[in-house]
Amino acid sequence: MSRIGVFVCHCGLNIAKTVRVSELAEFAATLPDVVVAKDYKFMCSTPGQEMIAHDIKAHRLDRVIVTACSPLMHEQTFRKVLAASGLNQYLLTIVNIREQVSWVTHDIDEGTAKAKALLNGAVRRARLLAPLTSRVIDVNSDVLVVGGGIAGIQAALELANTGKKVYLVEKNSTIGGHMAQFDKTFPTLDCSACILTPKMDSVLQHKNITLLTSCEVSEVKGFVGNFDITIRQKARYVDHTRCNACLACTEKCPGKAVSEWDEGLVKRKAIYIPFPQAVPQKPVIDRDACTFFKKGKCRLCEKVCEQKAIDFEQQDTFTTVKVGAVIVATGYDLMDTRALIQYGYGKYPGVYNALEVERLFNSAGPTGGKVTLRDGKEPQAIAILHCIGSRDKNNYEHCSRVCCMYSLKFAHLFKEKTSADVYQFYIDMRAAGKGYEEFYNRIIEEDVKFIRGKGARVAQSADEPDRLVVEAEDTITGKFIRLPVDMVVLSPAIIPRGDAKDIARLFNLSTDRYGFFMERHPKLAPLSTMSEGVFIAGVCQSPKDIPDTVAQANGAAAEALTIVVKDKMELEATTAMVNPASCCACQNCVRVCPYGAPFFNEAKGVSEINEALCKGCGLCASVCPPSAIIARHFTNDQVLAEMEGLLEF
Amino acid sequence: MSFEPKILGIACNWCTYTGADLAGTTRLQYPQNIRVVRVMCSSRINPSFIFRAFQLGADGVLVGGCHPGDCHYNTGNLYARRRLAVTKKILEFAGMEPGRFRVEWISASEGNRFAEVVREFTEQIRDLGPQTQFKISQ
Repeated sequence: MSRIGVFVCHCGLNIAKTVRVSELAEFAATLPDVVVAKDYKFMCSTPGQEMIAHDIKAHRLDRVIVTACSPLMHEQTFRKVLAASGLNQYLLTIVNIREQVSWVTHDIDEGTAKAKALLNGAVRRARLLAPLTSRVIDVNSDVLVVGGGIAGIQAALELANTGKKVYLVEKNSTIGGHMAQFDKTFPTLDCSACILTPKMDSVLQHKNITLLTSCEVSEVKGFVGNFDITIRQKARYVDHTRCNACLACTEKCPGKAVSEWDEGLVKRKAIYIPFPQAVPQKPVIDRDACTFFKKGKCRLCEKVCEQKAIDFEQQDTFTTVKVGAVIVATGYDLMDTRALIQYGYGKYPGVYNALEVERLFNSAGPTGGKVTLRDGKEPQAIAILHCIGSRDKNNYEHCSRVCCMYSLKFAHLFKEKTSADVYQFYIDMRAAGKGYEEFYNRIIEEDVKFIRGKGARVAQSADEPDRLVVEAEDTITGKFIRLPVDMVVLSPAIIPRGDAKDIARLFNLSTDRYGFFMERHPKLAPLSTMSEGVFIAGVCQSPKDIPDTVAQANGAAAEALTIVVKDKMELEATTAMVNPASCCACQNCVRVCPYGAPFFNEAKGVSEINEALCKGCGLCASVCPPSAIIARHFTNDQVLAEMEGLLEF
Repeated sequence: MSFEPKILGIACNWCTYTGADLAGTTRLQYPQNIRVVRVMCSSRINPSFIFRAFQLGADGVLVGGCHPGDCHYNTGNLYARRRLAVTKKILEFAGMEPGRFRVEWISASEGNRFAEVVREFTEQIRDLGPQTQFKISQ
């Protein structure tokens, strides 16, 4: 006999609208072992929680069922209520009648019937629940940050300033990310380098930050509090401990390759630093472009290097670090607009994408900050085309969020640096953000022409073959426009990094339909993920501007800190255990476990489970022929009883 | 009265259960015949759960897990995939209509897909009529 209390939440009208909550509570009272059943408007509120706590004592409850929203939402909230009332927290059952009932039907009869069935199942299961003891484990106090853009830099600095040790991993040879490519930032037009490079330098100088450039995470083992991260240091062919950054090598090098940093607008050397303010200020050799690697002779860099830092024999190396929490901040790519052939990117030299234009404005860029076309001429008319590939059901439905604002910034800079006419082709102007609407108004007054209509096509001009024509429908006048221009700037969809999928696999992150990393909850846990101890920040989660990215990075740092600030933490008690009396010694469990938790005890002739390694998936329990393995909290009896209850009505 | 099928869903916590929550959060509508049991991983599902569900009178059983390769526990759903494929064969061998048992990989971001599968499966079970092959009358 157990004493069960059932607490039915209305969630305002969220549940009460399509489930008759008082009828559900009355029904609950008729179920076996239920000694009290109540409904209340907001069970998660303080009075709601107090009511449960009070009833646990008053009715000497030994099981609590909360019939409310998804367990993924408030299971932890109500577990705390149980714990505070002296009841083992695992004696709680949540019945999900919001996300999986009231929100997915308009029919109150159907909703109520399904809620009753779910509750019936929960009562059956609750009667069989057992109290469990959480495991306490040691927590490693260091943190790994993946990605050295502004998000990763900010998060690393915040954490390092609290005294925690941070490993910052960046796959490129410098940190800085996209922000370092920009010249100005909207809406204040402050110089990107002036606000970013001091932070980059702080990362390099910080005694608590280990900066790992040209590195990638290659393996992730362990779990929250105890991650073992293997990092691959890609061969740089330059010994950075010897190199004194004189850069004589980069002057002599005959090898050439497209400069990724300058978005392919110019070439760089095979031994190079991406840009003059790069951190660290030390070159690497691009194996694919190096004359020696290609032809077997050259070694000019080696000859000029007084430090003897060039090392053609260098290999990739692997190191493992132990951390307690991880922040993933891997940023974004622009959509490859060559796929949208109507815009002629890659075909007409006058068509640029947004990042290329950022480099044209940049005084450290390929033109020294002068806006010139690929043939060196100054453009007389420039069209900026918004929403290329984004807000587009045929490509990416999402809004890339920053394009309206950077397009306004571009317009301002074009006006400042050239005498060209500047046209914006937009669907809607989205200027939500502090000072953004004001910036928009300012640009309107700078004589920039706004055409409300998405650019439909870019073609070569029939009359003047070296010019382009932008075709669009002006949706305000309803007229079709053909506008001759010299330069077209595309604002492409912002999409996750090409290797985001690999990162998702490594850290067990969910991704949304575009490949952005999914947060645990869109509102209440925007930086957490389904992988405990792994947090996300910046555009890898969704497109956002620099202020929001920095805010997220600070938030993620705080989240990571809540884990690593403690020496010990509690882990879910829902692990598997072996009943030695029934174990048949087949060792199926040992073979299937992804974590190596079960092991065979030769002396006793039975399998045992190392609870520290068990994550509670229950795989071993279902491959155990004599059912000797018990998956705690999801035992055969508990699952079958729940099923029985669900199917009774 | 028209036939209202009873459908048992068994969903893994990390993908399909979360996907089902997302269907709710986005207010997608689907028939209320399905009742979902949450397990941590689809690999927790013992074939006996499926047989038992049919014995208890389920007209259809839908299992949902993470997409192969995306399992929260690395390889759990790969074991589930194999085991449930065999389960399906055994069910059919024992005389069950093939359409009554379905396994789907639905991720946490696929609320749409969850609602779509449930709609489709419910219709299919409705067409098949009450399940009598395994049901043990109470």
